[in-house]
Amino acid sequence: MTMRFRMLNYIIKQGFVGIWRNRMMSFASIGSVTSMLVILGVILILALNINNMTNVAKDQFDEIQVYLEDDVSQEQIEKIGEAIKENEGVLSVIFQSKERALENMQKQWGEEGYLLEGLEENPLPNSYIIQLKDIKYANSVVDHIQGLVGIEEIKYYRDIVEKMISIANFVRIGGIIVTSILLFISIFIISNTIKLTVAARKREINIMKYVGATNGFIRGPFIVEGIILGFLGSVLAILIVNFGYQYIVDILNKKLYIFFTVYMIPYKVLYDDIIMIFTSIGVGIGTLGSIVSLKKYLNV
Amino acid sequence: MIEFMDVSKEYTKGVKALKDINIHIDKGEFVFIVGSSGAGKSTLIKLLLKEEEPTDGKIILNNMDITNISNRKIPYIRRSVGVVFQDFRLLPNKTVFENVAFAMEIIGASSREIRRRVPIVLSMVGLSHKANNYPNELSGGEQQRVSIARAIVNNPNVLIADEPTGNLDPDTAWEIMKILREINRRGTTIVMATHARDIVNIMKRRVIALEKGTVVRDERKGVYDYEI
Repeated sequence: MTMRFRMLNYIIKQGFVGIWRNRMMSFASIGSVTSMLVILGVILILALNINNMTNVAKDQFDEIQVYLEDDVSQEQIEKIGEAIKENEGVLSVIFQSKERALENMQKQWGEEGYLLEGLEENPLPNSYIIQLKDIKYANSVVDHIQGLVGIEEIKYYRDIVEKMISIANFVRIGGIIVTSILLFISIFIISNTIKLTVAARKREINIMKYVGATNGFIRGPFIVEGIILGFLGSVLAILIVNFGYQYIVDILNKKLYIFFTVYMIPYKVLYDDIIMIFTSIGVGIGTLGSIVSLKKYLNV
Repeated sequence: MIEFMDVSKEYTKGVKALKDINIHIDKGEFVFIVGSSGAGKSTLIKLLLKEEEPTDGKIILNNMDITNISNRKIPYIRRSVGVVFQDFRLLPNKTVFENVAFAMEIIGASSREIRRRVPIVLSMVGLSHKANNYPNELSGGEQQRVSIARAIVNNPNVLIADEPTGNLDPDTAWEIMKILREINRRGTTIVMATHARDIVNIMKRRVIALEKGTVVRDERKGVYDYEI
């Protein structure tokens, strides 16, 4: 027991000695792991947010909003409603008066809702909100409504959703490619760093072999070195990504579009996942890098 | 103790470094392996240290068949065999004491055991007063004595010396031989590969002569060769 502990102690100590001995290369290794993970983090957050927005938008996908012209009479409004109901693709139709629309908007804006109170005139139109029986009726319903009198604008989200899905796919595939290239670069740099330590300790390793050190004991310090490098790289990346994302969300919250942050995933939700993903990738890269170099440069 | 049974070693196809070697060494023997370069001395030692696998035959060390032993067990075999090389192989950034202690550290000895045992072996090789010096502050003979101390610090049953006096002047070489003789007198089997004719002839120990990969002579109290 104590013997194993002493040997473990030796192995870990030698791992740190190796890092210190090749400070410059260790620095480069940590840097490569960090930059790889930061880029991965950006891609991950981007993809998750686009996904999130797509899902939010999808909920409105089978919904069509029909804005009515302002000068349409109450009678005409009812007529339009009847006409819409007749269409076979329509599940339900709800009328939303311009007053109601303003109220909803105030609710959505939350704390900033008071901004709307200063308006002299309600700029929002009367509208019908149509639920479709199925997405496939979208085009025919829209065509039908376009033929009616008194319609100002028809809004539906099919194009937006389709665009978002294609952007999400692009980010995902591009992200996988860029990340895997960076992954290989990181492994390569770490394995080179370990190679230098192996070279610096060639004599020592040779003697260790003859005096009967086990292979695990000889390999141990190098694997520890790789793990530490990968771990430090991931810690740095976690800090950068978390603070970076928090900062961006804050800025968007304060200065830009109020609605925008509603669609963004809160930073606290991502925090745990990022820590877990980054640490395991970082440590994994470190271990892999050292194993690669041990296979190549250390015959034990 | 050590036994080679019909051992052959072929490095590349057709070139045999050793051919049907049969050697039996008893516990406590002092054996010289002599022969010109390329006769097979190094191969013989590499086989004993499990650095190389024999192509044919069987090798027994400490009553254990080590011919086809798994890689995981090799370190434990090596702990029962001390090795001394022609070029000393000391760690330049460690003191004499630390160089010897190193051999104990890597097999997990406690610092108490190390503090007790290292001074004993250093005094056996007559280097107690240089314990805190670095290898580059020592003469060749002294460095070789440190490497002997390191080889015996874990109490091996067998000490293998590959041309231990090869880099030393005759007087210094004799100091080393005295130490080896003393280690042998205490019961450690010693196998020494050498070119040093004078040493072999004066020591009058068993001599195994190799030539082109075969044992051409195996004599108790032998000499280096016939033509003197």
